[in-house]
This record gives sequence, C-alpha cells and structure tokens, in this order.
Amino acid sequence: MLKADYIITENRSIADGVYLMTLRGDTSAIKKAGQFADVAIEGYFLRRPLAVTEWDAEKFSMVYKVVGEGTAKMALMKEGQSLNVLTGLGNGWNAEAASSAALVVCGGIGASPCFSLVKDLVGRGVKTTVVLGYNRACDIILEQEYRALGAEVIVATMDGSRGIKGLVTDAIAQEKPEFDYFYTCGPKPMMKAVCDALADASGEVSLEERMGCGCGICYGCTCHTTEGARRVCADGPVFRKEEVIW
Amino acid sequence: MVKEDKLKVSLCSLELKNPVIPASGTFGFGLEMAGTYDLNVLGGISLKGSTLEPRFGNPCPRIAETPGGMINAVGLQNPGVEVLVTEKVPALRKIYGGCIIANISGFSIEEYVKTCSRSAQCPDIDIIEVNISCPNVHGGGMAFGTSPEAAAQVTAAVKAACPSKPVFIKLSPNVSDIVAIARACEDAGADGLTLVNTLLGMRIDIRRRRPVIANKYGGFSGRAIFPLALSMVNQVAHAVSIPVMGCGGVSSAQDVVEMMMAGATAVQVGAENLVNPMVCKEIVEQLPALMESLGITDIKDIIGIV
Repeated sequence: MLKADYIITENRSIADGVYLMTLRGDTSAIKKAGQFADVAIEGYFLRRPLAVTEWDAEKFSMVYKVVGEGTAKMALMKEGQSLNVLTGLGNGWNAEAASSAALVVCGGIGASPCFSLVKDLVGRGVKTTVVLGYNRACDIILEQEYRALGAEVIVATMDGSRGIKGLVTDAIAQEKPEFDYFYTCGPKPMMKAVCDALADASGEVSLEERMGCGCGICYGCTCHTTEGARRVCADGPVFRKEEVIW
Repeated sequence: MVKEDKLKVSLCSLELKNPVIPASGTFGFGLEMAGTYDLNVLGGISLKGSTLEPRFGNPCPRIAETPGGMINAVGLQNPGVEVLVTEKVPALRKIYGGCIIANISGFSIEEYVKTCSRSAQCPDIDIIEVNISCPNVHGGGMAFGTSPEAAAQVTAAVKAACPSKPVFIKLSPNVSDIVAIARACEDAGADGLTLVNTLLGMRIDIRRRRPVIANKYGGFSGRAIFPLALSMVNQVAHAVSIPVMGCGGVSSAQDVVEMMMAGATAVQVGAENLVNPMVCKEIVEQLPALMESLGITDIKDIIGIV
C-alpha cells in the first residue's frame, strides 16, 4: 500500500454517468490487475474505493461511475488538480489460472477492473472472450478498447439496442465461447447467474462492499465465505467462485 | 529541536516512547499494518476488540459516512480471546516492542472476567482495556457503561481477576454524567480510563427509505466528535487521579497536544486511521516540530494544564 499525491492528467465522460480519470504519479504499489485505489475527495471523510482500470510506470487510470456526492465531485475535477490516493489495495485477479482460453464476463462498471486482466491474458497468448452486459447501447464502456487489446468481444443489452438482446448469460448460452477458466465482475445478481450458468467451470469473481479503510484494518467490509469471514478489501476483492456465499 | 525522549509518557508503571496509540477497532491487530510501516514508531497499539468466543459481527453495510466522520457497526468481529493470546499478540510482539493493549468486550460480568483473565495470562499484553461502551452489540457492551453501578461492578470483577496488569476502562460518551461513571470505575479499582468510545449514530438512505447501516444504528466517530471528546476528557481527567487515554476525533499532532492539555496522558487515534492509515506515524513525526513551535520542551509537562 502506498499513500501519495497524484496529478489529474485526464478526467472525461465516456458514457452516461461514467468517467475516465487518469492520474500521474508513483504507481509502484500497483502489482496486479483487479486491485483498487482509495481516493480522498476534499469535503468527504472516507475515501472512495475505485478499481484501477490500467496502469504503467508513470500513471494509472480509473473508469468510475457517479453513484453519489463524492464521485459527483470527482467528476467535476480538472486536469492539473491533485488527488491523494492509496494504491496497491486488494488481492487482484489470478491471471495465471487461465491456461489457453479465458472468459471474462463484465456487467456495467465491472468492465473496469477486468481491463488490465484481459491485457495480461492476451499478452500471455490466452485466447480471451469478453462478454459485456449493459442495459442500453449508450451505457456500454470500453468495448473498442477491449477489441483493441485483441479480445473477442460479445455485447449483450437488455433493451436489444446493441448486440444480443438479453443478459450476459443469454449471450454466453448463444455464443458458447471456449474457455478453461472464467472471471466475472458486475452486479452481484449477475455474477451469481454467471457462476450458476458456468457451474462446471472454474472461475473467480470480484466483489464489492461499502468500505471503511480499504486496507484491512477496520473490518467494515467483511463477508461470509465458505472459508470463513473475509474482508472484501484486503482478502479480496477477488474470490474463487467456490468461496462465495451468495 | 525537541529530543525523542521528550515524547515519553508513563501510563501506570509503563513507559511509552510517545503518547500516540491507534485506537481499538481502527488498526486491526497491528499485524495488518506491519507491511506498511515499522510499528515501533507507535507508543502503543490498542488491538481490535476481542470477546470470549469468536464473532462474525454484524451484516454489511457496516459503514456509513457523515460530515466530518463516519458510523460503524462492525459488531466486534474477532476470532476470540484464545486466538488473540496464542496467535495475534505473540505475532505482534515479534515485530513490536511498544505497549500492547488488549481491548476486551463481554456480554456478562462472568464473560468479561473470563476473557480479561485469559488475556492477563499473556505476558505480551501490557494493558487490559475493558470496553463497556460498544454501541454495536445487543445485550451487552454499552449496557455496562451507562450506569455508575454497573461500571463499578465490571471494574471490580475484572480487576480482581487481573491483579497483575493495568486495567483501563473504556467509557461511553452516550451518558448523562460521564464523571460519575469515571469516579465509580476509579473507586472500584480501575488503573486508568480510556474515553471516549463512539456516539450512537444513524444515517438513512432517503431513496431506499431505510437505514444505511444494516444494523440500523452504529458508532459515530471521526473529526466531528473531537470537541465533545475533549470536553469529556477534560472533565474526567480533573475529577479522577488515575491516568486517562484521550480518544475521539483525534486527527493531527495539534489534536494530540490539545487532548494532553485537556488531561490525557496518552492519546488514541481512531477513525482517522481509516482515512489515512499512516496518520499515527505522521503524528509521531510531526510532534517534535509542533512542540518546538509551542515552546513545549517535554510533552509530559502539558498533561492537564488546561
């Protein structure tokens, strides 16, 4: 974990209520795809835990959704402003678990923490299919970026305005992508449906919970798992699907 | 420049290298932070509240934000006193030489006694801090901290079971006369007092028309409660002759000085750890320069001067 100040180099809307912020600064604590950052926003007591979408040696980016006052204030911030952020939080994905073909199922803002995972997978030569599930075409994020990484992308929308009409599980049933391991992040009912539909496969999920510290010291985000009580922030957010008690 | 040994304070017979202590429940068992910085900069560490049996605690959401603070209803999640004394504390002692404070909760006097005496057997535990002020569990905790008689009963029973260790009683601010409760604890044999624990608080999600916290109410803490905590520390410290650890909304080196001027011998930092996990270390580092600027040569000199 590292606490440092970062300079905003980019903060723009990429879909309805969804923003991409890029921060320049020390990224040495970010080790694995699927980790998150905890952002201090002036005027708000607690930090906002947000998934890291992508990072390199000089900067990292977060695709985030405005869900309350704190993220609304964040969305108004401008290039050149500074933010204090804790980085290197959470366990991250086990990208090595997929051997030759991976399935990555994302719902909504869940497309954000999967991005670097797919980059890793494709980089290792793992054939990767990304299923993106949204309500409407205008909600879709990162589709072109996922394609640019070299992943096969399947889109599902509830209203049928783009891709397959229906749920991500409908898209998986219809397209039958090949995979030996799956990863999923999105709303809990979606992840449960994915795990149920892929009951015979191995995979992992990234959970979300209201957090206090984000770094494992307050026990504010503990969930029941088959392995016992686990902190989503420090023991997770990624859990093997067998560990999750829905 | 103020020398490092001018930060030393004495709590009962223990010497702390400085008065800064992360408060129970805001720093895990210390071990969680061991990879982030060298814990030996801390005067003491108050460990996560422990009970006789393991507890999962309350369902999530356990956390809500407030202006200048937060509400928590973790509900004393802990692995039980046996794991505390056989695993957590010995592991912490390997990497930490300062004052280790075990924070103990219970649901009956018998349970407080059992849990505290088990902790007292652990040679690496320096102080037993008895939590009679947790607002987040039903049928116990705070119930013992809201009347002078009940507080005295717990204190006397625990002290009788732990004659060899300093016993601090952690008091609740959710009372009409904290001085009466503090005096009752002192009269019953307490070696010191920690105050204050959290205030009972609530937030409502107005869109969903229900409490933000699953447990409905929780403990309100953070910068917003500092003036309240300070006034209680000031009243109590001047009414008793045992040492007081000041707690509640402390977020800076300035706050530590203020708490000590109000009468605290040591100062616990709570919710601020959740905002800035490095804050205790930063406060310790900032204290000498602050003391210098205020003309304080030895931090002990300011205890209770206001």
